Amino acid sequence: MTVNVTMKVNGQSVTAAIAASTLLVDFIREHLRLTGTHVGCNTAQCGACTVHVNGRAVKSCNLLAAQANGAEVTTIEGLAAADGTMHPMQAAFKEHHGLQCGFCTPGMVMSACELKGKLPNATDEQIREALDGNMCRCTGYQNIVKAVKAGLAA
Amino acid sequence: MQAIQLHQPASLADAAKLRSGNDDARFLAGGQSLLAAMKLGLNSATDLINLAALPDLAGIKVDGNRIVIGAMTRHADVAANADVKRLIPALAVLAGSIGDRQVRNVGTLGGSIANADPASDYPAAVVGLGATVRTNQREIAADAFFTGLYETALQNGEIITAVSFPVPEKAGYVKFKAPASRFALVGVFVSKGTGGVRVAVTGAAGSVFRAAGVEAALAGNWSAAAAKAVKLSADNLNSDLHATAEYRAHLIPVLASRAVTAAG
Ligand SMILES: Cc1cc2nc3c(=O)[nH]c(=O)nc-3n(C[C@H](O)[C@H](O)[C@H](O)COP(=O)(O)OP(=O)(O)OC[C@H]3O[C@@H](n4cnc5c(N)ncnc54)[C@H](O)[C@@H]3O)c2cc1C
Ligand code: FES
Ligand code: FES
Repeated sequence: MTVNVTMKVNGQSVTAAIAASTLLVDFIREHLRLTGTHVGCNTAQCGACTVHVNGRAVKSCNLLAAQANGAEVTTIEGLAAADGTMHPMQAAFKEHHGLQCGFCTPGMVMSACELKGKLPNATDEQIREALDGNMCRCTGYQNIVKAVKAGLAA
Repeated sequence: MQAIQLHQPASLADAAKLRSGNDDARFLAGGQSLLAAMKLGLNSATDLINLAALPDLAGIKVDGNRIVIGAMTRHADVAANADVKRLIPALAVLAGSIGDRQVRNVGTLGGSIANADPASDYPAAVVGLGATVRTNQREIAADAFFTGLYETALQNGEIITAVSFPVPEKAGYVKFKAPASRFALVGVFVSKGTGGVRVAVTGAAGSVFRAAGVEAALAGNWSAAAAKAVKLSADNLNSDLHATAEYRAHLIPVLASRAVTAAG
């Protein structure tokens, strides 16, 4: 079955006819060619596929694209300014070496961005708890926590 | 994932009709359990009936001495709701302990209890508070709702619309998380209210159940020590790679005592 979906992705309206079973992450990567959103586990565990749907961080591998019909979606590509200036959270990950291979990073950054305004003066413990849906196999998390703390304060 | 027909009913009646008589149809709430199961080949549904567009299924209302939470209300919204935090803080804590932030942003109360995963959190609150499950057909008492492993009293075509939770005098929830999945290895919800003392246990058996021994102890003496002193049999409890039945039997009074302390 084909369904029509319309959503705003990174500020731009997109409309497409897709198979009803299309996952949001596949719509983003395969149809829109926005490959910054990664697929790590494809089983809703790792968080690499995290994007925002109407301002909320969600795992796009565990949602149908049709469930985001009519929504505003933000992916990692939507964070930097038009002139390429990084979003403060991206800049903080760079500054604090919050990444090594970078595979988890788009999801980490999108997940962390949702905390902006929600966790002012977050403690390390709160940040770790809040990032529970995002896994990193490289960094050991220390620098991710530092980066998120700085990004939230920026 | 398999090909699907996606239905977008505009009324409860239409949604129920689409489900009745079609064994391969499932309601779609947040999809956090259903889509995950379909992707793993554990659910062969061919038709999904999206409840998202139905009116009045999401939201939280205070109604006298009860809090009524719509079936499509997401875990994150229950966790953050001011009325829930004020009147039944243990329920807000429970909702905020489900999975991770991304899952809580999508998963719903109705989906969780309809799914009746033996290690899920909400069943402990529904039974532990003696809530009432409202459907498009009737009201179901908590004690009659969960009937077994992934099984509930819901009939084919029956849709949960809301859960009505009585406001207790005191309540607490503590779970011992399975570290990787965050589901309950064991979770214990205790409450004291007009209906007496209730102690509901999730994660330990095929379905949520009331721990009668702990209830009796707490009815006589509402204290952490009284809960902890209870000895439970490991018969009929789960043994798996995470924990033996004996370990789970040991955890129940321990967590119940912590829940009493948390209840204040
Ligand atoms: C990574 C991960 C971690 C998780 N950790 C936890 C955890 O720690 N604790 C926990 O409790 N849960 C956990 N969950 C499960 C989560 O809470 C789900 O959100 C919940 O179990 C299902 O809710 P849903 O809205 O996504 O329902 P769906 O997946 O859409 O539906 C689940 C089932 O319920 C049926 N259904 C849905 N709504 C209704 C309704 N209104 N009436 C009748 N039937 C209905 C559907 O047909 C389906 O069979 C986790 C999930 C994931 C992916
Ligand atoms: S790819 Fe979606 S959570 Fe891992
Ligand atoms: S930087 Fe490699 S997985 Fe996180």
